Amino acid sequence: MTLQFNETETTTTTTAGPVRGAARRAGAGRARLWLTAVPLLLVLCWALFPALFSWQDPIAGVGAEKFQPPSGGHWFGTDHLGRDVYTRVVHGTSQTLLTAGLAVLVGLVAGTAVGLAAATAGRAADAATMRLVDVLLAVPGFLISLIVVTAFEPGPVSLGVGVGIASIASFARVVRSEVLRVRNLDFVEAAFLSGGTYRTVILRHILPNATGPVLALLAVDLGAAILAISGLGFLGFGAPPPTPEWGLLIAEGRQYLGSAWWMTSLPGLVIVATVVLLAGLGRQLLKIFRF
Amino acid sequence: MGRYVALRIGQALLVVWLAYTVIFLAVQLLPGDPVTIFLSTDAAVDQATIDNMKRQYGYDQPLPVQYFAQLGGLLHGDVGYSLASGEPVAARIGGVIGSTLALALSAFATAVGLALAVVAAATLTRSAALRKLLTNLPPLFAAVPVFWLGLVLLELLSIRWGVMSLFPDGSFLSLAVPVFVLGVHVSAPIAQVLLKSIDTVYNQPFIDVLRAKGASAAWIFFHHALKNAAGPAATITGITVGTLLAGSVITETVFARSGLGAVVLQAVTTQDVPLVQGLVLLTATVFVAVNLLVDLLYPLLDPRILKSNGQGSPRALGV
Repeated sequence: MTLQFNETETTTTTTAGPVRGAARRAGAGRARLWLTAVPLLLVLCWALFPALFSWQDPIAGVGAEKFQPPSGGHWFGTDHLGRDVYTRVVHGTSQTLLTAGLAVLVGLVAGTAVGLAAATAGRAADAATMRLVDVLLAVPGFLISLIVVTAFEPGPVSLGVGVGIASIASFARVVRSEVLRVRNLDFVEAAFLSGGTYRTVILRHILPNATGPVLALLAVDLGAAILAISGLGFLGFGAPPPTPEWGLLIAEGRQYLGSAWWMTSLPGLVIVATVVLLAGLGRQLLKIFRF
Repeated sequence: MGRYVALRIGQALLVVWLAYTVIFLAVQLLPGDPVTIFLSTDAAVDQATIDNMKRQYGYDQPLPVQYFAQLGGLLHGDVGYSLASGEPVAARIGGVIGSTLALALSAFATAVGLALAVVAAATLTRSAALRKLLTNLPPLFAAVPVFWLGLVLLELLSIRWGVMSLFPDGSFLSLAVPVFVLGVHVSAPIAQVLLKSIDTVYNQPFIDVLRAKGASAAWIFFHHALKNAAGPAATITGITVGTLLAGSVITETVFARSGLGAVVLQAVTTQDVPLVQGLVLLTATVFVAVNLLVDLLYPLLDPRILKSNGQGSPRALGV
């Protein structure tokens, strides 16, 4: 009996106004997109113009003001050298985002090339590249980054490249499946029939139509790269101190865990918020592009 | 069935061999050989020492000889020698793996339990607000850095409330907290996939039939939905092995536990390439083995996978 009731209820709501419902949903979706995009833009502005958002010096501290808890003057408190932790988080954004961006760029470019080759260059190429992707997946990304950092000097560039190599596999898989989907659509056939070459059809028709899920992955992967980089930065394989990098900030705070909780907790919250927002952005992009 | 098993085992062996080859080639692409890299931080070293050490470790041999010698050694369980200590890599890893394995396995069990609990509560609760809260937990778990959660808990439990020691002393909390921290991290992907696949299952008609027959929500979830949704969750569970390892290294560092983490960090800071190479190969093998196991157990969860494509039930899950 309850089942019957539920059924009729759902049908009435859907017949009442599919247009209105869709519009409301689209409106809510847009609001949510703004709610994720605006804070992320703020973080991007931190990276581009750190001086606009903070007032103190990120490197030189005021000795008399060390270990001050969070207050109106020092939102995130001050560290062992009297430096404002909020300022250091703002100034560290560019370092963290640049390294993460490098990682995502490496993953995107190499992954797209591999995925495209797998989807368009014939069966043998597909089998070969997909086995390589299996190998990349079998070695944890964390270790791939460690190999690169071991072989070259630890630093932001080798860290970014290492984390990027680790993300090639996921990009390759998404690009491959998207290109396979688009390639079988009628308009691609039409483009070939009207004289398009392999290169022009791929560049002008297939790739632009395969971007949606790749963009979504880009956002999610940027978050994952920030996490990986802050983790490796925490272990000491990223930018050397006194560069304010997010992971390094937390690693520094670790020594003063007993006297200054804010040095670890608050920069960490910024990382969590950024990664959550990026993952949310990825989900919403996927919803927008999946019709 | 036999064909499926043979295919999977063959694929697994192929991936392990490819992983070995790729790592070997990657090491050759490095600027300089492992010995030169290892000694590069030491200013006082002369060419004779480098040559001597190269000869000792076999890095002066032609590449194909090195490739097959190392591959042959691998088949006997010999993964090479650490440059820093001269110990066999296998012994170096074997000496510390126990503590890491204990941490990783308990964290894994915690992660599976946590994921199941979150998904069960989110599916069975009658409160829409609680459901929304619970379904948002896994993405949050995924965004929390392991080292940060560890440090925050250490701060609260050891310093603020003083119920736990800062260093491992064998007490319950000093074991449980690292396991919990790692477990939370690993549970996120499992819970996310399980939530999604439970969602797919609940949209299928047989759930309506069960409801119409009067089955309770809990009965439907535990006896029917969970079993049907377990496949994708099992697959992602196999994939979390890599996360588990990376997480273990970081967790061990945060909680000052001895184990594989210390070895990994030492190998990287001293630029001990053979040791890192051995560690990578070991994890790749473990990863492939676990995922092979998942693949081999999969037909028990969902026998449809054994049928050729398109022959499964028309309501086959997820397709």
